[in-house]
Amino acid sequence: MTWRSPLAVVRDALSGQRAREKDLRNLVSNLPYEGLDRAKQPNRYFPGNAIKTTKYTVLLFIPMNLFEQFHRLANIYFVGLAILNFVPVVNAFQPEVALIPICVILSLTALKDAWEDFRRYQSDRKLNNTPCFIYSRREKQFMERRWKDVRVGDFVKVVCNEIVPADLLLLHTSDPASVCHIETANLDGETNLKQRRVVPSLCISDPELEPESFNSIVVCEKPDDNLNHFKCYVEKPDKEKVGAGIESLLLRGCTVRNTDHAVGFVVYAGHETKSMLNNHGPRYKRSKLERRLNTDVIFCVILLFVMCLVGAVGHFVWLQSLPSVPPYLVPHSAGLLDSPGLSGFYMFFTLIILLQVLIPISLYVSIELVKIGQIFFITNDIDLYDEETDSSMQCKALNITEDLGQIEYIFSDKTGTLTENKMVFRRCSIMGTEYPHKENAIRLTVLDEHESEEEVIFNQRPLPPRAGWTLDPEDTNPERKQHQPGSQRKSKVSGNAQRDAAFSSPLETEVIPDRKLLQQISGAECGGWQIDPYLDFFLALAICNTVVVSMATAQRQRVNWLSHSSQRNTPLDTLSNLVKRAGSFRHIFTSWQHTPKQSRTLSEDSVIEEDHFNPPVKTEGAGDTNGLQTCSLQTPSQCDKPAATSNKLSYEAESPDEAALVYAAKAYGFTLLARTHDSVTVRLPSGQDLEFEVLDTLAFDSNRKRMSILVRHPITRECVLYTKGADYAIMELLGTPYAEHFSGSQKNIASDTQHHLDCYAKEGLRTLCITKKVVCDEAYESWSVNRQRALAAMENREELIMETAVQLETNLSLLGATGVEDRLQESVPDTIVALREAGIQVWVLTGDKPETAVNIGYACRLLEEEDLVINMSCNNKRTCTSILDCTLEEVRRYNEDPRNVDTTPDISLVIDGRTLTMALASDLQDRFVDLAKRCRSVLCCRVTPLQKSWVVKVVREKLKVMTLAVGDGANDVNMIQAADIGIGISGQEGMQAVMASDFAISHFKHLKRLLLVHGHWCHTRLANMIIYFFYKNVAYVNLLFWYQFFCGFSGTAMIDYWLMIFFNLFFTSVPPIMFGIMDKDVSAEMLMGVPELYRTGQGAGEYTFSTFWVSILDAFYQSLVCFFVPYLAYQDSDIDVFTFGTPLNTISLFTILLHLSIEIKAWTLVHWVIMLGSVALYFIVTLAYSAICVTCNPPSNPYWILQSQMADPMFYLICIITTVVALLPRYMFHVLRNSISPSPLMQARHLDRLVPSSRDQWIKEWRTFRGGGHVKRSGLSTPTSPTLDTPVDIYPQSPTASDIT
Amino acid sequence: MMASSYNAKEEDGHHSGAPAHGGAAAAAAKSKKPDNTAFKQQRLPAWQPILTAGTVLPAFFVIGLIFIPIGIGLFVTSNNIREFEIDYTGVDVDSPCYSCARNFSWNNTAPCLCSVDFTLEQPFESNVFMYYGLSNFYQNHRRYVKSRDDSQLYGDRSALTNPSKECEPYRMSDGQAIAPCGAIANSLFNDTLELYHIDSNGTRNTIPLVKKGIAWWTDKHVKFRNPGGNNNLTAAFRGTSKPVNWRKPVYDLDPSDPDNNGFINEDFIVWMRTAALPTFRKLYRIIQKKAVTTPTLPSGRYVLNISYNYPVLSFDGRKRMILSTISWMGGKNPFLGIAYITVGSICFFLGVVLLIIHHKYDTRNNSADIPN
Repeated sequence: MTWRSPLAVVRDALSGQRAREKDLRNLVSNLPYEGLDRAKQPNRYFPGNAIKTTKYTVLLFIPMNLFEQFHRLANIYFVGLAILNFVPVVNAFQPEVALIPICVILSLTALKDAWEDFRRYQSDRKLNNTPCFIYSRREKQFMERRWKDVRVGDFVKVVCNEIVPADLLLLHTSDPASVCHIETANLDGETNLKQRRVVPSLCISDPELEPESFNSIVVCEKPDDNLNHFKCYVEKPDKEKVGAGIESLLLRGCTVRNTDHAVGFVVYAGHETKSMLNNHGPRYKRSKLERRLNTDVIFCVILLFVMCLVGAVGHFVWLQSLPSVPPYLVPHSAGLLDSPGLSGFYMFFTLIILLQVLIPISLYVSIELVKIGQIFFITNDIDLYDEETDSSMQCKALNITEDLGQIEYIFSDKTGTLTENKMVFRRCSIMGTEYPHKENAIRLTVLDEHESEEEVIFNQRPLPPRAGWTLDPEDTNPERKQHQPGSQRKSKVSGNAQRDAAFSSPLETEVIPDRKLLQQISGAECGGWQIDPYLDFFLALAICNTVVVSMATAQRQRVNWLSHSSQRNTPLDTLSNLVKRAGSFRHIFTSWQHTPKQSRTLSEDSVIEEDHFNPPVKTEGAGDTNGLQTCSLQTPSQCDKPAATSNKLSYEAESPDEAALVYAAKAYGFTLLARTHDSVTVRLPSGQDLEFEVLDTLAFDSNRKRMSILVRHPITRECVLYTKGADYAIMELLGTPYAEHFSGSQKNIASDTQHHLDCYAKEGLRTLCITKKVVCDEAYESWSVNRQRALAAMENREELIMETAVQLETNLSLLGATGVEDRLQESVPDTIVALREAGIQVWVLTGDKPETAVNIGYACRLLEEEDLVINMSCNNKRTCTSILDCTLEEVRRYNEDPRNVDTTPDISLVIDGRTLTMALASDLQDRFVDLAKRCRSVLCCRVTPLQKSWVVKVVREKLKVMTLAVGDGANDVNMIQAADIGIGISGQEGMQAVMASDFAISHFKHLKRLLLVHGHWCHTRLANMIIYFFYKNVAYVNLLFWYQFFCGFSGTAMIDYWLMIFFNLFFTSVPPIMFGIMDKDVSAEMLMGVPELYRTGQGAGEYTFSTFWVSILDAFYQSLVCFFVPYLAYQDSDIDVFTFGTPLNTISLFTILLHLSIEIKAWTLVHWVIMLGSVALYFIVTLAYSAICVTCNPPSNPYWILQSQMADPMFYLICIITTVVALLPRYMFHVLRNSISPSPLMQARHLDRLVPSSRDQWIKEWRTFRGGGHVKRSGLSTPTSPTLDTPVDIYPQSPTASDIT
Repeated sequence: MMASSYNAKEEDGHHSGAPAHGGAAAAAAKSKKPDNTAFKQQRLPAWQPILTAGTVLPAFFVIGLIFIPIGIGLFVTSNNIREFEIDYTGVDVDSPCYSCARNFSWNNTAPCLCSVDFTLEQPFESNVFMYYGLSNFYQNHRRYVKSRDDSQLYGDRSALTNPSKECEPYRMSDGQAIAPCGAIANSLFNDTLELYHIDSNGTRNTIPLVKKGIAWWTDKHVKFRNPGGNNNLTAAFRGTSKPVNWRKPVYDLDPSDPDNNGFINEDFIVWMRTAALPTFRKLYRIIQKKAVTTPTLPSGRYVLNISYNYPVLSFDGRKRMILSTISWMGGKNPFLGIAYITVGSICFFLGVVLLIIHHKYDTRNNSADIPN
């Protein structure tokens, strides 16, 4: 590098700063400047792509780390003490020695920080050295370089499955449609594919992009951290500006999928990329225990001050009482003595230094270590590991593990949390006719009962139709068999490895069509396009969504498929193909239905229904009238190939409902083949592909609760708007019933459909309404202008867009409704029952309708049949108030009535969102909370995300309880953040909830083990550890305090200071940490079997005011014993100061360790090693120290002291009796408590000692006695109506349009 | 933070490709499944003691049974120790040392002499240890304890002429380093005690007092050393000055015995081992048993001659002379014996109480009904 004047350097730095700060950046290609030195590079001001996330540098580590550490108050306190020790008049020890504790703590923390930083450095280096392709002008091709070499203005090529190295403006892709699919899992955890398009009108049609010919200027904004926003324009040499947005930006960290390669222009690199700007540190939360702990630390400070004050006053009085100057008072160098008052004043500070250990600074370090250990064990728990997704428990918040043991209220989301959020299409209603899909239901029951063998069934069941249908089974079967192991394996690992498919389980993807409906369709299909609502219904299902069709799992596999494709039809496709030829093949179909095989025989219904199953007679005739090649029987070879292709499709849906509907449509032959930005291709049952031009998509939002798609019908050329949405959001928008000008039958479709919807809801199905609207071209044109204006608007863009959406979504014609089942997750009822037995109130907050929610409530045993269920739903504040008052009165009366003491059914509350808003208003809040407190479970329906967090906040603040919120979707994020503990379920709906959470689990059932076992353990362990820590410090420090009474309160320590430091740092520090990590009061099986044990942790838990003070008092007692027994034994002897201190130190060690061993509940090998190791370490270190140190530590003369003591039998006699006397009360207390009134935990420990079989017997007996062993309700199929016998049951029968407004 | 998680994801990306290549085994190996080991799953075999009346009963009885005999043994041993103590401070007007106590000054050159008569009722059979005892003397005062230089006492030449700052203000005197420096040395106990037995004839027999072997062996041979060995101490200590309160320099502490002179003078060493409590005794001399048949100190009248040099009235102190025989447990102290007996009895009693409790409550524990 050539020399440059400092001025130039400064000027350069300033202009660089300016360039970076400017709102708009002008970026040009680097290629013309390749090889020139840095000063001539146009983009030199922007940071390169090398990232550095380390906090420190090697050289500056020490000062920077110290600076960081001194942000902690505790460290400042410690340093303050050390400095105080350098003041000669008050110092208690040699000044240098006082630095040891702080140095040890600082260096331990520094070591930890250094290690973490080193890990960051390593990962940075790995990232920076990841290979990527950069275009080089010299080589005329893309050359392999490192990520760190990427600079703004470079052209980077990314190939399939590669991670994007920097934020790239997409210029070229291998895809003919100029799109590139990316997966943003690394950024937001969403595994669905997203499409990115090449900057419009820059599309270079050449197969290869020529970067050298790129001579435009890219003007972009200053980087920001919004992942969904980007604005830039490309100014071509001819001054034409082409705008581009986030849809053309490949973000660093995304993975390119399904696209062979893509070329992009680097706009932001390194730390300016959006992913790096989004990179925030971990969350910091303070646990309840720690908050309590801090108050107790303040008590310790007060205690310290009192003790120091006693010492100071004592010193003053002692000096006063001396008749004249005795020879043992050492004057200052000037030969003068301080006045007693001044000496007393100084003594106060000396004693603060001497007794500083009373403030357990090391406690904070120990707690951190303990929590690391606890988290290690939680994350390593194999029972919290989910095989399917290969994910174990994640702890994101590192310091609130013990809060898990104190939860009193759980707020749970329903969808995806209690339920799997794996939607299964169950029923639909079209034009007022219900299609129950019984066959599908039966299939689901079969699967349900063999849940564990799901895959086996899947693989076995499809075979019979194959066998029955004699197309060419010989060809396919061997292939299938050959292929099966592979596919099976694939689906097993799919969760982690193959993120391409939203669903791997056949359960959701497969729908067996309803025969009646099939018949309808095949009838309708040939009937004509304009007027058949059945076709429209399924078209709407297939089109009206944002499902992305993923062409394949990966590029590599494409090759395989092509060779296999013709043989790899799933039975389903075959089935639908078969159905297309229904008439002639009818017998085959029925024969399949009746095939006895391994599946169960169909219920009688279906047999009866068979009578209605008439062969579609008109099929062929009608088919040709429209000139479409539908309904004709196709030759197998013709039909096979497209079917095969469609089979390979996998759908990427943002919400599982959408996918379920698309799969349902597919089952009826309406296969969504492809979706690009402006077109949707659907294959009709006839095999014909229809390409719809997408005019606009009105995306889903939580206010409108619906989404629409505006397409131009390829045949009729009409603009058609398909809308689907929540029933209440749709019903009010209906115009003239579509049916009226269709069939002449004047039945009111809306009311019929509404009736079906209500039935669906009662069954616990999620409902959606499907509508259609034909928009005339003029209307579309005028709307389109508005729409464009809205899209182009810079301000209020969102509002305007929504407004335009609302404008269009009026006067809809109802096509029908769908019922999608969201199955309960595994063992949710068990978990909820267990949590409730554990004394936790479970609230479910859901956006669903009350009927659905109540049903799910019963299914998951949130509500029980014998419960008193209070429904609160009202339209105005006044009724709400009166209902609330009445209910509260009623409930109070119920509770107070002595007759009901034993018989009172538990009370549950169901409340809807509107009422909740009123109930949470400030004047009713107290009453509502009071009512909710008395209810065993609360179900809130139709609540918005904001309300969820509001409920959590109100309960948390009003009742002062520990709350836990669990959810899986973006709508739960508010709630998760509002609660004391937020738990995210890594499920189907992306990772926002997990990102915001403190702990992430994969199933709701894990909550049981997490809380009941780990919560309990973490809490008891940490609480006991903290109490012990306080005890330990007080007990030890008080020895010094009592000695002050015998040394004229002069601040003498009779224990060698090194040994004192070692005592806290080495001899007695590891056992409590081990205790905090590993102690196990009750076994996991017991805790899971008897959830009531969890109650011990609730409220204040193990760490209460009384336990703290009892242990402090015990510490005082023990220190008194430890001091005065040796004192009396050595009274008036020739013992010297440090010889006297040695037995005291030894006794303290034994007392403190044995105290801990009284507290330890389970002794494993680790415990023994550490406890005995601590004792051994004490003796080895002290003996070695006393053997070596002749003059090394001046005031004390440790030389040969312990050795001479250990040669003296008195030493042992004193040690033994003192330890016994010191520990006798605590020991006795434990014994008496355990014998006379054992706590539940103690009894559980007794049970634990039984052999597992008899223990389980005990647990079972005990539970049946408690009435906990209800017969498990069998799923959703038998919903029981809630017992609504309260006077206040103003339940809206069905929400109508007027009801909602 | 992010970088590392980012990295982990990247690995995901890598092994997502693996199964497609048919490398399912590789993916399985990389599984995040926790190890199913006893340690990680917290299932280590453990001993889970439960403290209940039934389980701890034996412990209490055993403690009682062991402690009571030990206590009795200790008590008897302590009682067998002969100890005689006489206060010669001279607080009372009629005590022999009254005048010496009153007219004291550190600067007196002539020692004040006084003698105290006493009678031993019982003979002292074995070796007798002669102590001087001081009361209310806070040798354990923080600043006093620190006021010494161990390096100097260790014979370090540089420390001899340049003692530690801890010795202030007894560090330098008239420009010369004080040897030994510091307040402890400065306040060296300097009374001289002589013991005479008055036999039946009324003649005073000097009782031979052994002045060696009273300090810890390690102190005498390791911690304390004269600078430049034990020859020609005067030369070795040249350039140093005596502590202010001393009448003679350190090399004149025991001119008769070069092995007991200078820093290794045993009286000095004993004094330098600062007492733990304000009332203490320090070994002064040993009276060795002469013959098996005769007691070391037969009963009878004795005279203690004191050259009274050490002032204690300034701090309300007392000076005592103590004669004591010694057992394996040291000097006379009945406390430990009594403590053992008491604790043993309490344990025994508690054992009985627990036995009752055990019989009353134990059936309930086994029935395992958890009340709640």
